[in-house]
Amino acid sequence: MSRPLVEVSSISRSYSMRSGMFGRSAAIHAVHGVSLTIPRGETLGLVGESGSGKSTTGRIVLGLEPPDHGEVRFDDKPMATPGTTAWRAQRAHMQMIFQDPLGALDRRLPVAAQIREPLDIHGLGTPLEREERVRELLRAVELTPAHGARYPGALSGGQRQRIVLARALATKPDFLVCDEPVSALDVSIQAQVVNLLADLQAQLALTLLFISHDLRVVRQISNVVAVMYLGRIVEIGCADDLFARPEHPYTQALVSASPAPGRRSAGRIVLAGDPPNPAARPQGCAFHPRCPRTITRCASEVPALSNVGGNRQVACHLVTGPQVETRDAA
Amino acid sequence: MAPLISIKDLSVAFHGVPVLRGVDLALHKGEALGLVGESGSGKSVTWLAALGLLPRNARVSGSVRLDSREILGAPAAELDRIRGGRVAMIFQDPASALNPVLTIRKQLCESLALHRDISGGAVKAEARRLLDLVGIPDATRRLEAYPHEFSGGQVQRIMIAMALAGNPDLLIADEPTTALDATIQAQILELLSTIRREMGMAMVLISHDLGVVAENCDRVAVMYAGRIVEEAPANQLFADPVHPYAQGLIGALPPLDGPRRRLTAIPGTVPDPASMPDGCAFAPRCALAEAPCGIVAPSLAPIAEDRAVACIRAEASRRALLGIAAE
Amino acid sequence: MGRYFAIRIGRAALTIVLVVTFAFVVLRLSGDPALMILGPEAPPEVLAAFRKAWGLDDPIWFQYLDYFGAIAKGELGRSMRDGRPAIELVLERIPATLALTLPAFAFKVALGIPAGIYAALHRGSGIDRAVMMTAVAGFTVPSFVLALLLVLVFAVQLGWLPSGGQDSWRHAILPIVTLSLGGAAVLARFTRSAMLEVLGQPYIRTASAKGVPWRKVVTSHALPNAAIPTVTILGFMVGTLIAGAVVVESVFSWPGVGRLLVVAVANRDLAVVQCILLLVAMTMVTSNLIVDFLYGFLDPRLRAKGAHA
Repeated sequence: MSRPLVEVSSISRSYSMRSGMFGRSAAIHAVHGVSLTIPRGETLGLVGESGSGKSTTGRIVLGLEPPDHGEVRFDDKPMATPGTTAWRAQRAHMQMIFQDPLGALDRRLPVAAQIREPLDIHGLGTPLEREERVRELLRAVELTPAHGARYPGALSGGQRQRIVLARALATKPDFLVCDEPVSALDVSIQAQVVNLLADLQAQLALTLLFISHDLRVVRQISNVVAVMYLGRIVEIGCADDLFARPEHPYTQALVSASPAPGRRSAGRIVLAGDPPNPAARPQGCAFHPRCPRTITRCASEVPALSNVGGNRQVACHLVTGPQVETRDAA
Repeated sequence: MAPLISIKDLSVAFHGVPVLRGVDLALHKGEALGLVGESGSGKSVTWLAALGLLPRNARVSGSVRLDSREILGAPAAELDRIRGGRVAMIFQDPASALNPVLTIRKQLCESLALHRDISGGAVKAEARRLLDLVGIPDATRRLEAYPHEFSGGQVQRIMIAMALAGNPDLLIADEPTTALDATIQAQILELLSTIRREMGMAMVLISHDLGVVAENCDRVAVMYAGRIVEEAPANQLFADPVHPYAQGLIGALPPLDGPRRRLTAIPGTVPDPASMPDGCAFAPRCALAEAPCGIVAPSLAPIAEDRAVACIRAEASRRALLGIAAE
Repeated sequence: MGRYFAIRIGRAALTIVLVVTFAFVVLRLSGDPALMILGPEAPPEVLAAFRKAWGLDDPIWFQYLDYFGAIAKGELGRSMRDGRPAIELVLERIPATLALTLPAFAFKVALGIPAGIYAALHRGSGIDRAVMMTAVAGFTVPSFVLALLLVLVFAVQLGWLPSGGQDSWRHAILPIVTLSLGGAAVLARFTRSAMLEVLGQPYIRTASAKGVPWRKVVTSHALPNAAIPTVTILGFMVGTLIAGAVVVESVFSWPGVGRLLVVAVANRDLAVVQCILLLVAMTMVTSNLIVDFLYGFLDPRLRAKGAHA
């Protein structure tokens, strides 16, 4: 087996924020000791609620901001220092798409010109070849040259996200970070874009980091899924298996909270308490104040992410070793 | 039994562009109706129009009867008594749904003063009781706080408390959990269903999320381009959708368990209201469309008890779903 | 909260120092007061004596330090024309200016704010369009043109009102009208757009959905929110009470601070000009501080942010 394309080892990132009357600054641990590996051609899904640190993780992995601790390796090389030539060369191999395609596009420029822009920046091909590449990219995202001549305002939300995707693919990247790429789209359009992304991934052997709060979409596209809560990974495992048999009480609650047609709300785990606040991270296991199964130890000791068998890792004092007894308690 | 509220042939146009094109809906006492559809399908406009909450440039026609009494075009004073009284409404965006410069007490007591025959200390006591009811702890102190001091989920709880102030018979919840995180969404939906059970209140749950509607409603109406295309009991709709659009919506939803399959995306996009196709608005995106679909828009017709669909290819569509070859 | 105001007061002081410094340098580089006041025919030894008497032959940085030293002692210098303390000259003109600007301010508010609210509530109606057209005309036409027009119509053609001077209350009417119209137009437009912004907010729809009668939605939900941006422009108008009538005072020969300033600049009467500018800077800065304070009072979100700032 070849080495994974992306290797993230225990990255942490904290910000300082002033709070209170006298402006004392407090450190907010946005991301804490996160490790991930993404094999070539595979997709890692990152799920969590707002404040879980999933977007910050994506930005660090892409080198948009440096980690305070830890390291990101891309293609077996450490991330280059931002701004250097080496960094720019590396960046051509990795791209990002966001939730809001209108914000990512320039409203005053035809979209074809925007797809072409990265080719001009990285000096790829002759002008004629660039034109041809733009047409090819438009075809790849199932749009026509006529769409390319339009301005972002004259396209629908789904079409705009296709344009953003085409632009991201212009430099033939190996790695794509997608941060909530379909969250703003209607269900039927969302399905179009998810299918397109899956097709392109297969054709181009893309490696994806797919960040979303939507468990269904994440499962659809991911091989492995990591669940984050207040800056830490609490559970990671194969997508189908993780959602079918979640081990961490938080994952169980998330899966249970995801509404499904044909199921009534009876038996749902409803968590008490407020949503997690990164500025007031609880001691011990950050999830313990909302956890329905908390024990004394949870309030003082941070559980480490440990292997429980079957490619599954869980950070919970109640889930230890590869036995299955705790599952029934849920 | 006469329905609590019945809407007949409700149409809305903005500057001559129709956005709602003849909607019929009825809701009985205590019933929970789900309204699903994509953005622009008219699900919110239906209820804003019914309650006279659309801006003046909206042209509204049709009929809306509350307990057999026509309320469309009723005098402002009568509508003000209905709104927040018999029919309450909560909205999507908790961050901007409350007035930022007024305390929670002012906004909650305003509703109570308008719709309840109480005054003075009783108003404040009732406000405290409502906050307790919706699960805002430390109500006495929190009444003096401003909206920005609450989280999104808490603001939605306060909105629900305000809606309950008038002891409504009907609550219109317009995408009440769309802006909230999954675990908070679950809290709010559970709160709504508990309150509904205890107060015997009817509810219209407007959502783009099929799962949310399926789990929380008795009956579901699917809207597309300003019309209702299918109406059915919730369990039947999701097990056996008839309208090709309803089938498409359900097929487009990635499953959370079982084997993974390629999503059946609906091709194309929602038509622009300013240039609506002739005939059935879904025909240009429909795999089963035939020539007659482009001529006359099908009306919502019953196909079974409790079920209605607006599609002339309903039979073919049902067969396609069940995997029976056509002829 | 204390920190919030400490920062703002510090900034205000810095603004005043910068304005005064700028005025000091520009005035000294743009003409010789001795020549301006004594005239080009004055003998060189008289000019030299004048310059020596007023310290004009010292290096500019020396004059500057001297000036600030004097200010620190509360001395604002003397007029080079008649030797009277500059502050006295300025203070005796203030009542005349306020006699124009205060009533004008009241009219601006009484006219502009209701017109803006009405236009916003009846958006797209004939009255809205009429208000907005008047408002656009009101602030595109420069005040001296408006003043001359009013003089032409009411003084020259109709002969109803005097065209200049300060003999009776009738002399004040045209200057006040000129000042009010422009300000009211600005205020009407500003209030209208603030109201429209607020009326489009979801919490207005929430209030209507609660069954709050429309009149009360406007008065108790929309207005308190629309007041927040409107206060900014009102604060600016308060800041111009002392020196906002330069043009109008000149056109109508009204002996206020504005006309004193014009004359003093023409004569390079340095102490007087600097004294007026210091006063103007102080009123502007003070009214800005009041606006900041009012923001905190009107908007609970800023009270919280102020604590963080």
